[in-house]
Amino acid sequence: MLAPPSPVTVEIIVNGTPRRACVEPRTTLVDFLREHLGLTGTHIGCEHGICGACSVLLEGEPVRACCLFALQVEGLSVTTVEGLAPARGELSRLQNAFCEAHALQCGYCTPGMLIACHDLLARNPRPSEEEIREAIGGNLCRCTGYQQIVDAVKLASGQEAAHG
Amino acid sequence: MYDFAYHKPGSVADAVKLLTADPEARPISGGQTLLPALKHRLNRPTALVDLSGIAELKGIRKEGDTLTIGALARHVDVAESAEVTSAIPALARMAANIGDIQVRNRGTIGGSVANNDPAADYPAAVLGLGATIVTDRRRIAADDFFQGMFTTALEPGELLVAIEFPIPEKAGYAKMRNPASRYVMTGAFVARLRSGEVRVAINGAGPCVFRQAEMEKALSANWSPEAVANIRQSPEGLNSDIHGSAEYRAHLVTVMAKRAVAEAG
Repeated sequence: MLAPPSPVTVEIIVNGTPRRACVEPRTTLVDFLREHLGLTGTHIGCEHGICGACSVLLEGEPVRACCLFALQVEGLSVTTVEGLAPARGELSRLQNAFCEAHALQCGYCTPGMLIACHDLLARNPRPSEEEIREAIGGNLCRCTGYQQIVDAVKLASGQEAAHG
Repeated sequence: MYDFAYHKPGSVADAVKLLTADPEARPISGGQTLLPALKHRLNRPTALVDLSGIAELKGIRKEGDTLTIGALARHVDVAESAEVTSAIPALARMAANIGDIQVRNRGTIGGSVANNDPAADYPAAVLGLGATIVTDRRRIAADDFFQGMFTTALEPGELLVAIEFPIPEKAGYAKMRNPASRYVMTGAFVARLRSGEVRVAINGAGPCVFRQAEMEKALSANWSPEAVANIRQSPEGLNSDIHGSAEYRAHLVTVMAKRAVAEAG
């Protein structure tokens, strides 16, 4: 029996602040965020790279936090759903649009959807319906609220929702 | 997931040393296949050797008639590279349509090619263009590299360093992807090289990417979608699962080849 590998210290910049914790090598980024930092906004769904609920921005790009080890992210910058709002107690334009367009029912997929849509709007401020559907292709919604999610992104980008 | 030791070497030589010293150690680049495999306990390495800090594995460059892509190039890097887009636009488009954006931001060309998943995209481009796999110790022709489902010519501890693609006269790729998983059900990569050689590689349909000799012959004589329209792929030995029968995949081979030639122009 091999001795278990000893925990290692990892430092990751989370929502602009350097955060440090002692983790096992097998600790995923999503467990680091939720268990070590208490940032439970990022959800764990399928845990094997399908549902996208755990999506966060890594150096500004959406990735699945369940398919990354915290150690792989050492020294890099991560933005979680908690970091999308401009200030405490406020919501981003996209988050407000999600509320307005009823883009969530159970809310489980919402953090991942917000990350994917936030990234889309950063790259493409006026996406078409097809582009929105492609951008959320890596995120599953089990309430099948895709229509309202598409509407919310349209609304946030200043376009009339097709199905409002 | 079982625990493991974690190493992050700074050079190919150090990575190979770690992998050779411990036969149960595994390299990790993007981890988009490896992490789910570890979680399902399909793989139980004693150590992971993180390749992300190795500069020799990075970069995309065009030299003469060759486009060289470092193993660590992510799908998004290949999709957005000006060199790839100008030299082999079909390869850039392929990269832009792999999986979803979360996968494209992490997954690497080296990882995908070394893994040789039957439903992966890149093996079709590597075989279809007759690329050369450069490892830490030798050069392997694409025709000798892909050996079977999840099996390649790589030896234990051998590291894929880069892939050298000949810049073709024209190339095209078309695939039918599973709408839920986005894995390739059947794809076809067609290329006419500057040497005049015509190659057709089929992915997704069988247990391993393969060349379609009859289509290559037909396209050599007449480069047009019509030339392959009546060529039927035998379903024998093709994959059959809940997503599609072998007969359906065989049918898709012709449809995708036609579309790929049309895309290549």
